Amino acid sequence: MSKRIEVRDLNVYYGKFLAVEGVNLEIEPRSVTAFIGPSGCGKSTFLRTLNRMHEVIPGARVEGEVLIDGNNLYDPDVDPVLVRRQVGMVFQRPNPFPTMSIKENVLAGVKLNNKRISKSDADDLVEKSLLGANLWNEVKDRLDRPGSGLSGGQQQRLCIARAIAVAPEVILMDEPCSALDPISTLAIEDLIEELKLQYTIVIVTHNMQQASRVSDKTAFFNIAGTGKPGNLIEYADTTTIFSNPSVKATEDYVSGRFG
Amino acid sequence: MTMTTKPEPTTSVATPIQNSLTAGRLPTPAPWLILGAAIAVSAAIFGVMGLAGEAGYNWGGALLVGALLYIPSIWLFSMLVEGRRRAMDRLVTALVTGAFVLAMIPLISLTITVITFGLNRFDADFFTMSMRNVTGEGGGVLHAIVGTLLMTGTAAIISIPIGLMTSIYLVEYGRGQLARGITFLVDVMTGIPSIVAGLFAYALFSIFLGPGTRTGIAGAVALAVLMIPVVVRSSEEMLRLVPNELREASYALGVPKWLTIVKVVLPTSIAGITTGIMLSIARVIGETAPLLIAAGFTQSMNWNLFDGRMSSLPVFVYTQYANQGNPPEAYLDRAWAAALTLILIVMALNLIARLVARFFAPKFGR
Ligand SMILES: Nc1ncnc2c1ncn2[C@@H]1O[C@H](COP(=O)(O)OP(=O)(O)O)[C@@H](O)[C@H]1O
Ligand SMILES: [Mg+2]
Repeated sequence: MSKRIEVRDLNVYYGKFLAVEGVNLEIEPRSVTAFIGPSGCGKSTFLRTLNRMHEVIPGARVEGEVLIDGNNLYDPDVDPVLVRRQVGMVFQRPNPFPTMSIKENVLAGVKLNNKRISKSDADDLVEKSLLGANLWNEVKDRLDRPGSGLSGGQQQRLCIARAIAVAPEVILMDEPCSALDPISTLAIEDLIEELKLQYTIVIVTHNMQQASRVSDKTAFFNIAGTGKPGNLIEYADTTTIFSNPSVKATEDYVSGRFG
Repeated sequence: MTMTTKPEPTTSVATPIQNSLTAGRLPTPAPWLILGAAIAVSAAIFGVMGLAGEAGYNWGGALLVGALLYIPSIWLFSMLVEGRRRAMDRLVTALVTGAFVLAMIPLISLTITVITFGLNRFDADFFTMSMRNVTGEGGGVLHAIVGTLLMTGTAAIISIPIGLMTSIYLVEYGRGQLARGITFLVDVMTGIPSIVAGLFAYALFSIFLGPGTRTGIAGAVALAVLMIPVVVRSSEEMLRLVPNELREASYALGVPKWLTIVKVVLPTSIAGITTGIMLSIARVIGETAPLLIAAGFTQSMNWNLFDGRMSSLPVFVYTQYANQGNPPEAYLDRAWAAALTLILIVMALNLIARLVARFFAPKFGR
């Protein structure tokens, strides 16, 4: 199911503004990769280039290559819609569809694409996805209630269930726990641990402990100053980044002596 | 953790300590007493003035001066007792309430007038007959009601798709010159005087059907010209209110843009869009001038939009008032009753809009 991601010489622009410059990176299948770095250094921007969500913003564009199992996402004939079906995304703020019930939210990827699905298949998919997102027990009695009535942590897990219901190969998470309390955060970290058995996971986080707890490899991004592009400073095993980084800036950042 | 120092219940305090957060406070009925006093004083002044002149007692003036007198008085009393900040608060409250009451006066007065005069002819005949072969008393507005509903309905059928799709283009697709141009043209259209819209439709149909043709469809086109910019503007606002996060959530599930618009953006904003559309209908349903020019008026029933002149309620009101026959009261009563009917139709539309909005609104809560 899961796939390998290779990024080659990637430059990411917002109009004329170069937001991220010269990223080279390889992500192994069935692993968790964490992106850390100060705010504004381009972690989210870079993450969104991995499923072509970046170009949704007017004027945004990308130079370079992103290969998923050898296929360049930025080849001219690639359909971004197909890319996004393989590379799912969970956002910083939980964003269930307000017009839909919990069940409809989970089925959104199917229903919104006008695909037919039998009722029993739909029920199975809902149960499997909610079980996968560790939410089933909490919501199984109220699948027809609005998704926006759940707590923040539950909504975020609903969004994860919605993302895995379309059976992607890769799941991107942009600070999925930054709006959540510690208990919900733990629930999601446990979930990431399980998901990694099946999916390739990339997670942006501001929380060093979280990065060291959940990830196999860590990428540290930094920015020279406002208006300058962000760069990938160091990319290595998580243990190396946190105990024995090779770049001074990384060591300063992970030990909290930044700036 | 255990709480060892629970705060003592303060039921039997021998010497209450002065709370430093308290401040002087006017008792609750005080503003009303001051208002009463202000009106009494003003009434007395008017009474004295009335003794000198021979005109009748001016109740309206007394009330108005009383209300005006209340504003500085409440400020003064509050200043003395409560201090500057509260006095300011009371002053602004009085001003805002005054403005509200002032704005309500014409509305209430209009409603009462229309109802009292309108009820004279608000009978079964009125809603089941046309004016065909009627001179003097009797007759009804069925032909005008039918005309109004047909023409407004057709205008809605023309302008809702055009307006909605334009707003979708502007919000979801439009970039650069073209979008700015359209926005500018829509703004210009909003400002078109309604009579110009009527002349436009009249001229348009004269080109094809020969000069002097007045038909229901021409009236509908005139109304559509007035309605489209309102629909565009209100739908645009509503579509912009849909959070981008929802669009991105949909894209991230591999949903194409057009399906995202149809299945996520529109359902999320449908309540607001419906309200906007209903309000735009309410706005054009009362138009008189464009319909007078483009659709004309007639005394008989006309169900055919494409053939012959068509009456509408506003034009009916106008013609009844403008061309009074004998006895004039019959014509005036019909005009008032038709005006009342029009107001009731608009109110019903607004009511429907609210129900629809509530029905479609995204549901929150557990
Ligand atoms: N929609 C946008 N348009 C223009 N510039 C943007 C946009 N989003 C982010 N940026 C800029 O790109 C840079 C990187 O932002 P971001 O990727 O959000 O950083 P991070 O996620 O690491 O905090 C910042 O300088 C930010 O101002
Ligand atoms: Mg970010």
